[in-house]
Amino acid sequence: MPKLLKGNSVIDNSWQVLAKDFTGALPDTPCFVPLEYWLANKENLQTPETIGVWLDSDQEPEEIAGDIEDLQYLAVNFPTFTDGRGFSIARLIRDRYQFTGELRAIGEIVRDQLFYLSRCGFDAFCLAPLELDQETRSFEDYLSPFSVTYQASANEPQPLFRRKQG
Amino acid sequence: MYIYDLHDKTLIGERVAQYRRQTDDYLAGKISDGVFLPLRLQNGLYIQRHAPMLRINIPYGMVSATQLRTLAHITRKYDKGYAHFTTRQNIQLNWPQLEEVPDILAELAAVDMQSIQSSGSCIRNVTSDEFAGINADEIEDPRPWCEIIRQWSTLHPEFAFLPRKFKIAVTGAASDRAAIQVHDIGLQVLKNANDEIGFKVLVGGGLGRSPAIGQVIKDFLPAKHLLTYLEAILRVYNRYGRRDNKYKARIKILVKAWTAEVFAEKVEKEWQQEIGSPSTLTDEVIKNAKAFFTSPTYENLNAVSCEENLQTFAAENVAFGKWRDRNVVAHKVAGYCAVHLSLKPTGVAPGDVTDSQLEAIADLADRYSFSEVRVTHHQNLVLGDVKLSDLPELWQAAKRQGFATPSIGTLVDMICCPGGDFCSLANAKSIPVAEAIQRRFDDLDYLYDLGDIKLNISGCMNACGHHHVGNIGILGVDKKGEEFYQIQLGGSAVDEASLGKVLGPSFYAHEIPDVLERILNIYVEQRIEGETFLDTHRRIGTGPFKEFIYAKAA
Repeated sequence: MPKLLKGNSVIDNSWQVLAKDFTGALPDTPCFVPLEYWLANKENLQTPETIGVWLDSDQEPEEIAGDIEDLQYLAVNFPTFTDGRGFSIARLIRDRYQFTGELRAIGEIVRDQLFYLSRCGFDAFCLAPLELDQETRSFEDYLSPFSVTYQASANEPQPLFRRKQG
Repeated sequence: MYIYDLHDKTLIGERVAQYRRQTDDYLAGKISDGVFLPLRLQNGLYIQRHAPMLRINIPYGMVSATQLRTLAHITRKYDKGYAHFTTRQNIQLNWPQLEEVPDILAELAAVDMQSIQSSGSCIRNVTSDEFAGINADEIEDPRPWCEIIRQWSTLHPEFAFLPRKFKIAVTGAASDRAAIQVHDIGLQVLKNANDEIGFKVLVGGGLGRSPAIGQVIKDFLPAKHLLTYLEAILRVYNRYGRRDNKYKARIKILVKAWTAEVFAEKVEKEWQQEIGSPSTLTDEVIKNAKAFFTSPTYENLNAVSCEENLQTFAAENVAFGKWRDRNVVAHKVAGYCAVHLSLKPTGVAPGDVTDSQLEAIADLADRYSFSEVRVTHHQNLVLGDVKLSDLPELWQAAKRQGFATPSIGTLVDMICCPGGDFCSLANAKSIPVAEAIQRRFDDLDYLYDLGDIKLNISGCMNACGHHHVGNIGILGVDKKGEEFYQIQLGGSAVDEASLGKVLGPSFYAHEIPDVLERILNIYVEQRIEGETFLDTHRRIGTGPFKEFIYAKAA
């Protein structure tokens, strides 16, 4: 069974990510459908416990803004770990569209990005098996290497200068 | 200057621990080269031609005597006893060991210094004007705003993997001394008709392979909206900047492709969604930031009698008078001045300093200028608050240490990148060309007669030596394995900024001093009373230079 980092524990991941050009009938397992598929078929996809939507880094989260309340699972793809568009997409999904379900980072991400990813609103991370298995350190070292942050972010609505004033 | 509080100290301490762990994992083979690359770059560590290079931030150019002493110690302990000041108010070590970088960062952190985001595709060290807070033409001190930007950009979670590097500069003066027009974002602090503070915002300036002058996208941004507006620009760039080709990934390419108007509209739309969000600056945070940049306790000096004494001293010491004319700058407070310490003596790479020179600079700062030093983007240093009455003594001390080359602003006060001697990107050497020019043009009276000329040299088209904005720019190029040098005329990064135009076919290194001399002869023949080289070039164009140079060469 593939694994997933959720919170700071490694759990089984039974979800499939369907290809960007996927058409046809859905598998029996829980799955993330691509954005286009969702937009074309959403009336028939109203089982939010087992159907989520994934966005690629060049797609517009605005397109699912109206569906946010109907969804419990969203995923954002990182084609390479240096493609930082997913960080902005996550913040829009969390801060602007107020998504409260699970937001999963998929694609190529690395452990040393967990801090920034979680600050941008991701709370589940599909790390490569190597990144998960080889790890001897606590994931907490990667999720929270800093006790100080200057900016407002998805998990901290106030910037430091306002927190200091408070 | 800004003093780190407990939050700042904790953060850089945690950064050292994080980077130590990353380095350990890399050395243990648990992080691949490809993954380690951006991690080390975001701590300023490049792998260069001979060794790693570590770039250390000097935010908006302010450095204390204590920090300079630590830098001196680090160059001795971990490097070869010297360091290099860059054109963006940073300092670089050329020979650190990768394994020792965490220790270097720990030593820096002990004196509130860091190298966070000093390279890589992220928001870089924010730069400013070396005369911030002391020049009479200033509308508003830019440094409190720089510090607010420094904190906001440090470990910003959304903007650590941008399409490309991102540079922000702020000026608070009527005259642009921070080269804001050739930055990804340039900010000019100004006041509106109601005396409220705000910013003129430029985007899309930059040098490199496709040089561009920044364009105004907001005439007046009220100050409290600074961070929400910057976030809007960065978010638009992060989402839509090109990622398919690193040479087309800077924001200037996006602004050009969309036009400045369309880019401004996109930013405006994004910003409207965030206006008034908690990142909006409070009066208190602005007040707190400004409190770090109040004037030091200036003495009440009799400027008139100081001036008389200096005139007498200059009459007996001609060299002092020349040095003062070129290297000393007026101050907003009567009886004080700002003094350039030149890092351009002949035979030394521009911007290079030894460990003992760093300590000597610290001593001069302690003795003459409230223990603070400013780094200029022309690779010199400035003591910002010197009493006029101390000038003769300071001049003699600076001479002893090799900082009194009386050439600030002249042809030989060159900007020059490390070039092919050090940098793995370079197509050609730059430092030997600079030295050959300094050796040829060693007659001070001739240099003074030529007046203000900016000569900038880059060893490749990445343009670290800012050749596009030199009044005379020299660019090293590689043709079939041989090094050649192209000359450009008419660039400028100040006020009416312009990019230089190529003179014509390139030259061998050994031809450069002769070619330069002929260019200068044309200027001297053609100039009208009071014209600088740039003025004359703007009036007559490149044509007359071109005709003369290539006719003679043929």
